Amino acid sequence: MDAFFCWDKLNNLIGVLFISGCIAWHTFQARRGARPFIRRLPALGALDDAIGRAVEMGKPVLYIPGVADIDDAQTLASVSVLERVAEDVASYDMPLLVPNCCSVVMSMTQEVVRSAYAKAGHPEAFQSDYVRYLCDEQFGFAAGASGIMMRERPAAIFYIGNFLGEALILAENGNASGAIQVAGTATVSQLPFFVASCDYTLIGEELYAASAYLSQDPMQLGSLKGQDAVKAVIMFIIVFGTVLYSLGFTWVKDLLTP
Amino acid sequence: MAVSGLDVFGLWIGAALSLCIFSFLYRDNPFYRLAEHIFVGVSAGYYMCTGYWQVLQPNLIARLQDGDWRYAIAAVLGGMLLMRLWPKYAWVGRWPLAFMVGIYAGYNIVYTMQAQVLAQVSDTIVSLWNNPDWTATLKNWIILVGVLTSLAYFYFSVEHKGVIGQAARVGVWVLMITFGATFGYTVMARVSLLVGRVMYFQDVWTHTARWLGIS
Repeated sequence: MDAFFCWDKLNNLIGVLFISGCIAWHTFQARRGARPFIRRLPALGALDDAIGRAVEMGKPVLYIPGVADIDDAQTLASVSVLERVAEDVASYDMPLLVPNCCSVVMSMTQEVVRSAYAKAGHPEAFQSDYVRYLCDEQFGFAAGASGIMMRERPAAIFYIGNFLGEALILAENGNASGAIQVAGTATVSQLPFFVASCDYTLIGEELYAASAYLSQDPMQLGSLKGQDAVKAVIMFIIVFGTVLYSLGFTWVKDLLTP
Repeated sequence: MAVSGLDVFGLWIGAALSLCIFSFLYRDNPFYRLAEHIFVGVSAGYYMCTGYWQVLQPNLIARLQDGDWRYAIAAVLGGMLLMRLWPKYAWVGRWPLAFMVGIYAGYNIVYTMQAQVLAQVSDTIVSLWNNPDWTATLKNWIILVGVLTSLAYFYFSVEHKGVIGQAARVGVWVLMITFGATFGYTVMARVSLLVGRVMYFQDVWTHTARWLGIS
C-alpha cells in the first residue's frame, strides 16, 4: 500500500476532496436553478464605461489576454471576459484589436471575436487582422503591443489575464496613449503596476469572479460560491488554530504541515 | 581577451537598437518602429527555431526515430491542434486543447494544494502571546489581521456591508500597502536593469577602444 499511497500527503488529499466537494455541491445547486448571489465588482461597471468612451470617440478597443498559454486558468478567465467585451464592441460595429503572445490562445480569441461580430449581426465588420499573433517572447510582445497603442490610439485598453515583467511597460504606454485602462490579473507581483497605472483593476480572484459574473454560467457561479464556502472554513481554521497554538496546542498546525 | 571587428560590429548594432528603443521616451518615431519590428520578428523567429530544436526534435522526432512509438500519441495530438487552420475541421483542435487543460489542472492540484493552501494556512497560525519580545507579537497580530481582512475582501457572495464591509475595507488597505512595497521593490529591480544597459554602453566603448588600439 505504501508503494501506491504517500501518507505524508494525506492532508493534501483531504483538502482537495473537501474543496472539490464544496465546489461540486454549490455547482450542483446552481445547475438545479439556485441563483447564487455574487456582489457586483466596481471594475465591471468600468468595462461598459470604457467601451462607451471608445464608441463616442470612434476609436478602437484594445484587449490583451495576457502572456500565458491556454493551460493557465487566468487565460481561460480572460477569454470569458473577452467574450462579453467583444459582444459589446461588435454591437456598436467598432474595431476590437486583440494582440496575442501565444498561438493557441490566438486561435481561441480569434474564434471568440469572430463569433461575437457574427452574433451582433456584423460578420462583415470582423477583419482577420483584428486578432493577431505578435511573438512568444514577452518583451518582444510588449514592444509590439506598445507600438499598436501608439499607432492605433485605442480609446480603451483591457489587460485581462496573466502578465509578467511586461505589465508596467504595457500599462505605462497605454496611459501615455491617453486610453482609459481596465486591468485584471491574479499575478500578485504585477498587480501593483496595474493598480498604479490603470483606471480600474480586478485584483486577484476578482478576475475569476468577473468571468463568472459576466457569463452568469451556473457552473462558474456555483464554483465561486463553493470557493467562498471554502474561504469561510479556512478563516475559521486560522482563528481556531491560532487560539489553540497561542495556548500551546499545536495539533491544528501540525495537521496542515506535511 | 582579443576583440574582433565582428564583435565590435555586433556591440554597436546592440547599442544602436537600444538607443532606438530609448527614443520612445520622447515619442513614437521611425527609429523605435524599426527596432520594435526587428525585436518582434527576431523573437518570433528565434522562438520558432528553439521550439523546433529544443522541444520537437529531442522530445518527439528523436524518440520516434529511436522506435519509441508511444510518442506518436503526442504527434497525433499536435497534428490535431493544427486542424484549426481549416475552419471545417477546426473542432478537431478542441480535443488536444481539452487534453492539455485537463493534464495541467490535474498535475498542478497537489502542488497548489500544498504550496498555496496548506502551507499558507499553516504559516498564518502563529502565537498571539507568549512571544519572547513584543515585536514578534505585533508582527503575528499583523499577519493574522491582514490575512483575515484580505480574505474578507475576496468574499464575493455577500454584500460588503456591516462587519464584512469594515473588514474588507481594512483588507483593501492591507493589499494596497503590500502593493506599495512590491512596487518599490520592483522599481529598484528596473533601475538595476537600466544600470545594466548603461554599463553595456560603457562596454561598447571599452571594446571599441581596445579594437582600435587606443586603450
